[in-house]
Parts: sequence; C-alpha cells; structure tokens
Amino acid sequence: MTEPVTTDTATTAKSGVDVARFASRRTLVWRRFLRNKPAVVSLVLLAVMFVGCYALPPVLPYSYTDLDFYALQQPPSLDHWFGTNALGQDLLAQTLRGMQKSMLIGVCVALFSTIIAATAGAIAGYFGGRRDRALMWLVDLLLVVPSFYVIAIITPRTKQTGTVLWLILLLSVFGWMISSRIVRGMTMSLREREFVSAARYMGVSNTRIIIRHILPNVASFLIIDTALNVGTAIMAETGLSFLGFGVQPPDVSLGTLINDGKTSVTTFPWVFLFPAGVLVLIILCANLVGDGLRDAIDPSAGSLRRRRK
Amino acid sequence: MRRLLNYVVLLAVASFLIFSLASFTFRPLDSLLQRNPRPPQAVIDAKAAELDLDKPIPLRYGHWVAGMVHGDFGTTIGGQPVSDELWRRIGVSLRLLVIGSVVGTVIGVVVGAWGAIRQYRLSDRVITVLSLLVISTPVFVLANLLILAALRVNSVLGVQLFEYTGETSPDAVGGSWSQFVDRLQHLVLPTFTLALGAIAGYSRYQRNAMLDVLGQDFIRTARAKGLTRRRALFKHGLRTALIPMATLFAYNLALLVTGALFVETIFGWHGMGEWAVRGIATQDTNIVVAITFFTAVMILLAGLLSDVFYAALDPRVRIT
Repeated sequence: MTEPVTTDTATTAKSGVDVARFASRRTLVWRRFLRNKPAVVSLVLLAVMFVGCYALPPVLPYSYTDLDFYALQQPPSLDHWFGTNALGQDLLAQTLRGMQKSMLIGVCVALFSTIIAATAGAIAGYFGGRRDRALMWLVDLLLVVPSFYVIAIITPRTKQTGTVLWLILLLSVFGWMISSRIVRGMTMSLREREFVSAARYMGVSNTRIIIRHILPNVASFLIIDTALNVGTAIMAETGLSFLGFGVQPPDVSLGTLINDGKTSVTTFPWVFLFPAGVLVLIILCANLVGDGLRDAIDPSAGSLRRRRK
Repeated sequence: MRRLLNYVVLLAVASFLIFSLASFTFRPLDSLLQRNPRPPQAVIDAKAAELDLDKPIPLRYGHWVAGMVHGDFGTTIGGQPVSDELWRRIGVSLRLLVIGSVVGTVIGVVVGAWGAIRQYRLSDRVITVLSLLVISTPVFVLANLLILAALRVNSVLGVQLFEYTGETSPDAVGGSWSQFVDRLQHLVLPTFTLALGAIAGYSRYQRNAMLDVLGQDFIRTARAKGLTRRRALFKHGLRTALIPMATLFAYNLALLVTGALFVETIFGWHGMGEWAVRGIATQDTNIVVAITFFTAVMILLAGLLSDVFYAALDPRVRIT
C-alpha cells in the first residue's frame, strides 16, 4: 500500500510550490468524494446524529434520568419513540445521552491517537538511530500489554466527571501503535528524497522539515487513519462500558444500554435493538466515510470500488 | 537469539507494569471490609499479611517472578492457587481461539479471493456489503443477535440445536459420543461469533491484496506460458496475495483475544477472558497479572508465527 502513496505524494511535493495546482488537487479529491454516494450519505448522517444528540435532549419532554411510572417496559409509541425500559426511563433520551458520549469519545480518540502516531512515526523515521529504536520498542511494548485490561483496571476507579476524559486519554495512548509504524515507514522513504535533502542543506531545522515537508506528504494517510479510527474507538469504548469498565452508572453510554437490554433481548427486543442499531449505524457510517476518503484521496490504492481491470 | 532476549525483556517489563498498576489501584481487602458484620481487625490484618500488602510493590513483584519461574502464579484472594485454575481456563480459551482463528482465517481468505476473482458480480457485491456490516458490528452486539437467531431456529425446529450458555450441559450423560455432540452444540455459536469478525476482516484485506496481484504482469505471464486459469490464480495469485495476510495475522490475534473476552462473558464460558473480567471486578492482582502475562505470551507467539508464515510464503526473506 505504500508504493501508490509515494507516487501520489510525488505530485503533491512538486505542486507544493504552485499554490493554484495545490488547491486544484484538493477540489479534485473533494469532487471524487462527492461522487461516492454511500460515503456522502454516511457523512451527512453522522453530522445529523452528532448535532441531533446534543440539540434534541433539551427539546424532549423526558430527560435520561426521568422515570415514567405509567409506562414501564412499553414498546415504542408516540409518547416514547424508542419505548421505555423496566424502570420507565425513556429510551430515546437515554440513547441520545449515550450517543453524545460515544461520538465525542470516538472523534477525540481518533484525533489524538493519529496525532501521537504522526509525531512518533515521523520522529522515529526521520531521525532513526537511538530515537527510532526507543520509540519502536515502546510500540512493541504497548502492543504486548493487553490494553483492554489496563483500561478496564483504571477507569472504574476514576471520578464520575473525569471518566470520559480518562477514557479518551487511555484509548488514545493505546491506539496509535500500528499507524505510527506505517508513518515511520513512509517517513523513512521520504527522508531520502531530494526535497528533504535540499531543505536540510539550506539549513532548515529538523522540526521544521518534519512539519513542513514530511507531515504534509503523509497527510493523506493520516486523514484516512483518523476516519477509520473513529469506528474502532467507539467500539472499544462501548465494549468497555458493556462490561461495566467504561462509563459508570448512573451515567449511560451506548455500551451500558446494550448491556441492560441484552437480558430482555427475547422478550422486550426494543430495549436492546435501538441502542445496538444506533451503535452499528454510527460505526458503519464512520467506516464508509473512511473508505470514501481513501478512494477519493488515493484512487490508485487497492480500493473497494474504483478499480477496473 | 537476540530476538528471544528482547521478548523476555518485553514480557518482564509488561508484566511489571501490569503488576504495579494492579497492586497500586486494587483494594483487595474491600470484600472483607464491606462484609456486615465487619470481621475483627485481626482477621483483616492476617489477610493483608497473607497477600503481602505490607511490602513494597517491587518486592512483591520479585516474589511473584520467583514463583512464576517454577510455574506458581500465587493464590487468589480466596486462597486457591491460580495455576490450577489457569491451565483449565487456558484450555477453554485456546479451544475457542484456535478454532475461531483457523476457521476465520481460512474462510476469510477463501471468501476474499473468491470476491476478487468474481469482481463486481453479484456474489462479490453481497460479500462486500456483508463484510462491511459485520466489521461495523461490535462482538457483543453480534453475539446477542446470533443468540436471538439461534432461539428462532431452535423454536422452529422444536429441538435444542444450538446451545448458548456454558461449554457443556451440566447434566451431560451418556457415552463419549453424546458428550462430544453436546460439546459441539455449545461450541458452534461462540466460535461462529468469533470467526465471523475474523472472516469479515480477512476477506476485505484478501480481496484488495488479490485485486492488486491479479492486475500484475506475472499473472499474465503465467497465463501466457500456458498455465490453466485455475493454476495461475492459485499458485501465483493467491500465494502472493497471502503475504500481507501473514503480517495481519499477528495484529488480528490481539483483536481476537479481546473478542474472546466478550464471547466468553456472553456465552458463559469459563475461559481466561471471563476470569480476567471477574479478577478485575474482585480486584484480584494475581489473577489479572497471570492472564495478562499469558495474553502477552500469546501475542508474541503470534508475531513469531506470522514471521514463519511470511518466510514460508515469500522466498525473498527466506535467507535469514
């Protein structure tokens, strides 16, 4: 997968001088993305869900903690669109509350882990030597430590308000290793290129070379990686919450809702199906957007849609 | 040799980190302290001394390593030796993991290659959409959906075809054959849950890798020199496209181990993952450290295995 990226970056590198050409590449990518119907629809859906889960709760008649004793374990109705659970809590309000958490965590973790991956990978690949060995050893170590258990040990012992922050932090710390290896490989091949040597001979500092010359050339990979990491991060968070090691009650997450629903999956399926369906929808949309971005940015790389023999 | 040494160092550092973290955050006396009526202070102190809570963490770790070298992983809070339970549970988890990953890899590769060969046909499209759906479904949702489906099948057929709690029936009687069938009934659903994720992941990668390979010149050469389409596809195409899968295998195993944790918890298998969840909930350091240690060993072994596959598939790296 690296080869097509390098040929692709070659054009970017040359065009880095010419502003007009640079802009046209961006519009080209955008146009190609717009042509991909599933990806556009998913992006819109994601945006709607993200805005909706924050904008809707104040408008709703029920908050996620309210108990409606006249509607216990009721199937979906006009009053309660998603039905209610055994305690009489409105499932729509709860699902929205869970979505807020899951989507926020997903986006933040994807951003942070990609930033860590870019920094570590670029430093390791550009400088080589001792720094490279130290960083790659750290990557090996973090891959060996079962991250799921570590996070599960720490989060239940954090304070209620800080749990989400801790989850974001821990999931980011354990989410960057494989991407950083790829960034390192790409940086190592970029380091040998003429424009980097030229910059070095001109006396440009190493930090500046990394920021101005290396990172823009791995940007396409980083964008794709961020989009695809959103799904992974949401899965990890809901998984932890499902087992009781993530978001702690009385607060809710999609994971805890699914855990509540699974006991009555055969008798009162809506308690399980609505949160689970929303979760799958979010992850599916994030993955489709990621795939669409890959196809748009890198049409030559082995994509799922665009290759014709 | 150098590599093995590195592995040992990695294992030591990883286990030390987990051990310190667990000993630092866990309050193993909670279960005693919260008992009502509260046991006398002397009992609590004795338990604390038994668990070495008065000693500093590095010393406790040293004690743990000294025992571990002899195959003794200490005792649980309740006083049972961890090792006995551990081996039994590793057996349970390995059955799930080995069958799941082998089935998942083989079917995934076949499905992916099939999709690439029949690109844009109906079967390829169906496979692509399905695998994307499965990839986007977390294991714990998938497991519950499969239970729901199995219930339907059971009630339609009128017999208990699929079992979804435990790994055997508690009242299993009869000869070894009926016991085997009973185990099989319990095995199908959890293994399928685990394998399904792997199938979806592998098939996507395999399809892409295969498409890349099929577009290359040496396939045309192979066809031009007179090989049949099937031979060219299998001997030259599939084999080359398998190379990236070898690297993927090591990463995927870590995912499978996490997946197995959910599968064991949901289907009530008493494996390592389920034990780890219980160990964390009861704040038991020795259980958690033993399991993380074995998970780490497994991940390293998978890395080694994937290098062996790589060397077997790619003649260029064989001379090392």
